[in-house]
Amino acid sequence: METKGNGNAASGRMVIDSISKSYGMGPLRQKVIQDCSFTLEPGKLTVLIGPSGCGKTTIINLLAGYEEIETGSISIDGKPVKGPGGDRLVVFQETALFPWMTLMQNVTFGPRMRGGRNSREIEGDALSLLQKVGLGDFRDKYPTQLSGGMQRRAELVRALINSPRVMMMDEPFRGLDAMTRELMQEYYIRLFEEHRITNLFVTSEIEEAIFLADRLVIMSYRPAQVRTVMEINLPRPREFSMLTSKEYLQYKKDALEILHEEAMKAFSTGTATCVADFLEAYSEIEEKK
Amino acid sequence: MQIPSAKPKGDAVLAEITNFEAMAFRLKQWIKSPRPYLMVAGLLLFLAVWYMTTELFKLPRFEKLPGPVAVIREWLSEDPSYGISIYVSEYYLHIIKSMMRVFEAFGLATLLGVPLGLFMGWKKVFRDYTFPIDETLRPIPMLAWVPLAILMWPAREAAIVYLTFLAAFFATTLNTLLGVESIDEVYFRAARCLGSKPRHIFFRVVVPGALPYIFTGLQISMGVAWFSLVAGEMLAGEYGLGYLIWNSFVMVQYPIIVIAMVTLGFIGWASSAAIRFVGALLMKWKVREVSP
Repeated sequence: METKGNGNAASGRMVIDSISKSYGMGPLRQKVIQDCSFTLEPGKLTVLIGPSGCGKTTIINLLAGYEEIETGSISIDGKPVKGPGGDRLVVFQETALFPWMTLMQNVTFGPRMRGGRNSREIEGDALSLLQKVGLGDFRDKYPTQLSGGMQRRAELVRALINSPRVMMMDEPFRGLDAMTRELMQEYYIRLFEEHRITNLFVTSEIEEAIFLADRLVIMSYRPAQVRTVMEINLPRPREFSMLTSKEYLQYKKDALEILHEEAMKAFSTGTATCVADFLEAYSEIEEKK
Repeated sequence: MQIPSAKPKGDAVLAEITNFEAMAFRLKQWIKSPRPYLMVAGLLLFLAVWYMTTELFKLPRFEKLPGPVAVIREWLSEDPSYGISIYVSEYYLHIIKSMMRVFEAFGLATLLGVPLGLFMGWKKVFRDYTFPIDETLRPIPMLAWVPLAILMWPAREAAIVYLTFLAAFFATTLNTLLGVESIDEVYFRAARCLGSKPRHIFFRVVVPGALPYIFTGLQISMGVAWFSLVAGEMLAGEYGLGYLIWNSFVMVQYPIIVIAMVTLGFIGWASSAAIRFVGALLMKWKVREVSP
């Protein structure tokens, strides 16, 4: 299948160089992100993982340009990033499909806004993408008529159709049930492997992270810093059968050890939720062994 | 491509159920349910109590009130003793006069109130300018405006429409503003991120996003418009249902009061229904149907 904007595979290198961010005023001011540096390699899938509440969404907001960085720099293909722009697209945690537009209107929103192409062409592209994620028959439905998983898939398509240089996914599958989530991961990884757009995927689920990633960036607890960068050298296309391979389990064990330390730090600062989240994930792998 | 297909199996079946069949089915279910019978029973009970208190037993304090028999007889009479019935053109003149006034006032309030509310919600600076004034003027009861309205406008007609307009205008503006504020920030972000210019955001996010609240506002606005209209007509009218009620009281033509009241009830209900109908047409996306 020929797709438009495949030229992006060669570009879309995003360099994040020691960025920081604080919130609050006066004595309440708190550093949320501190000297955070990592690189999104062109055409690769980078997964950002860290304990809940460590500031992952803040990083997305900074990279997307919704909020301003205090120090450091962000650049795409050598050009500094300022404010929100069409070269970076975000798929949000909650569904952001416009409820007042049909699926087709939602998906074609970006190309229509930018103009320059006729609507039949745009709709043709949109339909072929929708069919790929099994939504071809739902083009004239409104978002509320779709299930959560369908909405997430539609959102993937709405971002992808714009052929951005970088796609950023902020815990996009959160809140879906386990089976839908697995299905979504499969749709997502296939779309990624086909289009090879630079991707940043934020999650707090270790299994999802390793299954998807070329590179795993593990964040520390607050203030968030890059704790470790792990290269995940599992072969592509990824298959769920890999979840039982020796390499996979080794990656998972290594990653969890680091995350465990971070969770303990979070525990000592007294944030209960992230510890609970983490311990659940950790005990799982202990049991499996 | 190894993407698993998610073809809906029930889709074909659903497509075969036409709208008409679905409606017929719903009607059948409704007739089978106790609801229509309870509605009729409630209405009959109300009429019975009214009849017994006013016409059958003529209870003290009730004996002067017109009973249902007198009202209905007068209403349907070809030769009404007090001059108002469904066969008399003057009855319709009052109705049309009142409807025209409400239509003018409501239309003006919508034309001015909706854009104003949208701008207030969209541009924070504009909101900061106007909101305190709006919030101070809004709670003032419409009756308090009567003297100023009479001083301001040379003709009684204009004064009545003005009073009706004011009430409707505040309700529409406030609800439109709330409507814009109810739109989740994520839609603005998504729109910007997908390359929208400000005017796109206004027409494709602000306007449709605020629409549910706008229509709630229009329904409230229609209600308060009728309220103010009747008050205005009682004080300063020459025609209209409010005038008819007050004049019949003064002239001791009591059955007409009730005829005019019930007429107001029906017209008010119909105008609300009309707004709901237009709203449903414009907001098809609000309709939740069975997802296939």
